[in-house]
Amino acid sequence: MTGTLRAESVSKSFGGLQALADCSLTAAAGRITGLIGPNGSGKTTLFNAITGYERVDAGQVYLDDQRITGASPQRVFALGVGRTFQLTRIFPRLTVLENMLVPANRGRSTRDHRERAMDLLAFTGIERHASALAGTLSYGQRKLLELAYVLVADPAVVLLDEPAGGVNPTLIHHIADRIRELNAAGRTFLIVEHNMDFVMGLCHEVTVLDSGTVVASGPPELIRSDPRVLDAYLGTEADDD
Amino acid sequence: MTSDRATGEAAGEQDTSRQPDVDPGRAAPATEPLITETRIAGQLRSRTPALAGLAVLIAVFALFPLVFTNPTVTTIAVVTLIFVAVASAWNLFSGFSGYLSLGHAVFYGTGAYFLVVAAKDWNLNGTAVFWLLPLAGAVAALLAVPLGLVALRVRRHTFVVITIAFFFIAQLSASNLTVTGGSSGLLAPVPNWAPATYNNPFYYVGLLLAVAAVALSVLIRRSRFGLQLRAIRDDEDRAAGLGVRAMPVKLGALVLSAFITGMAGGLWVYFIGQAVPQFVFDPLFDLAVVLMAFFGGLGTIAGPVLGALILEPTQQYLYLQQSNGYESEILFGALFLVVILFLPRGVLPTAGEWLTPARLGRLRAAWPGRRADRIAQPVQRSKPPAAGSTS
Repeated sequence: MTGTLRAESVSKSFGGLQALADCSLTAAAGRITGLIGPNGSGKTTLFNAITGYERVDAGQVYLDDQRITGASPQRVFALGVGRTFQLTRIFPRLTVLENMLVPANRGRSTRDHRERAMDLLAFTGIERHASALAGTLSYGQRKLLELAYVLVADPAVVLLDEPAGGVNPTLIHHIADRIRELNAAGRTFLIVEHNMDFVMGLCHEVTVLDSGTVVASGPPELIRSDPRVLDAYLGTEADDD
Repeated sequence: MTSDRATGEAAGEQDTSRQPDVDPGRAAPATEPLITETRIAGQLRSRTPALAGLAVLIAVFALFPLVFTNPTVTTIAVVTLIFVAVASAWNLFSGFSGYLSLGHAVFYGTGAYFLVVAAKDWNLNGTAVFWLLPLAGAVAALLAVPLGLVALRVRRHTFVVITIAFFFIAQLSASNLTVTGGSSGLLAPVPNWAPATYNNPFYYVGLLLAVAAVALSVLIRRSRFGLQLRAIRDDEDRAAGLGVRAMPVKLGALVLSAFITGMAGGLWVYFIGQAVPQFVFDPLFDLAVVLMAFFGGLGTIAGPVLGALILEPTQQYLYLQQSNGYESEILFGALFLVVILFLPRGVLPTAGEWLTPARLGRLRAAWPGRRADRIAQPVQRSKPPAAGSTS
């Protein structure tokens, strides 16, 4: 499966605030790339810029060799880049199964779509809530639902914004296992996460953002000991263990 | 989502007891039947009585003017059916998508004026005028395209304000254009059938229109299009990020809604006999339609129908009882307040919650297996914070 996502020299400012400054990042095909950095360092803005929720001021975004800069969220999704949100965004007044049927079904028949939806609910472990209203799910279950419905359309690249945030430890393991399984099948992941054990245990590559710029990039072992990273992130945010 | 009427709203709505966090290690074993299968079985079982009930209902409506021949009663019945059609049409756009329109009078009035002008220009009389109704609907639908392309770019309050602005533009235009006869208005063609059963043709055309509007709502509710509309209602940006093309979906719903509303406006003007700007483009029309949908249950199929069936005859009755029309309007306004404050989700969803224990017994009997057992868990009355906070 292809699916290399590249951001090249992306810049974005909100009024006087420079959220991203000349920021470059690669999520290589078939790898799990982590994106870390202190709060306000531009991680979510970068996600928004990649997935079409935010226009960039400068720079380009590529999926494989196709330029997707400035494409609408719906187009980015159709090209095979799915994402989740930091504060989960599900459809609270639709049932869980209905939530799963919202994503475009790419020419699949309704029956296939429905079957795949149920398979994915089983895969994430929430299939027994299929006919419950999504608004009644717990926070952790919502995270799983969001992951599941992003996968319905079979995206080559999945961007996860804090998949482990606010989730109990058992569920965090479950989510990490699911990501590993999906990655083993060739899917590319780009993950924003504050939980360092989660990131270091899961990711093949880690990129560190600080104040909208990339300060370091490499395998987790190197990142862990990089003084610039400790300085920018781990040193000041010791409570992030 | 086909089985929603059978299970989603009967059970899903009440199924608000928060489940404990899933322990993934103890996720349901794969040998248990998929819920979809259970739902389909439940749906098949419940479909026959529902269809029978529907048939009885339509028969009652079809016989109504033959049993109650008093012209005052049938007059109220005709206007009520027109409002059933309009409230359903309004709901299939606003109720499903969450874009609350206070400008549907624009489509209603456009259909009305088109019918009057076209009947005059083409010298149509009697029942032939009814054939203009689809055209009146088409003209209103056509008008909905540019209006939608402008208004649907914004959301919530801004959208409501824009629809009100459209309404006033339409009303002022009707008062000032030559084609609409200015402020003195235009006379509709005079029907040529027997005075004794004068209301009956209007009644049956109205019934047909109401049934069509409800049928269209059911079709949309069950389609992927309807699912996309409801996804847009819950979170439009998220839906776009999942590949839903929001603009065409919203615009499509508005156009369909305007089509039915335009036909209803045409029927209404032919029934009352004249088109005068302040009655054809009436702000109270919009408020009445919104109130009916809210009263019955926004976004449900039966809600707007129930709202129209209860509120329109009530309003007409009050209007006839009182020497001045303002008292009924004041009462109506007060009712609006009560509904918005105390029944924001409407009578049907609220009643559904109260009916829970009775329904549980029935479900348990008709529907063995683990799903029924799960429903049978204690149900908390209060709704969850995230679900349905606005409607």
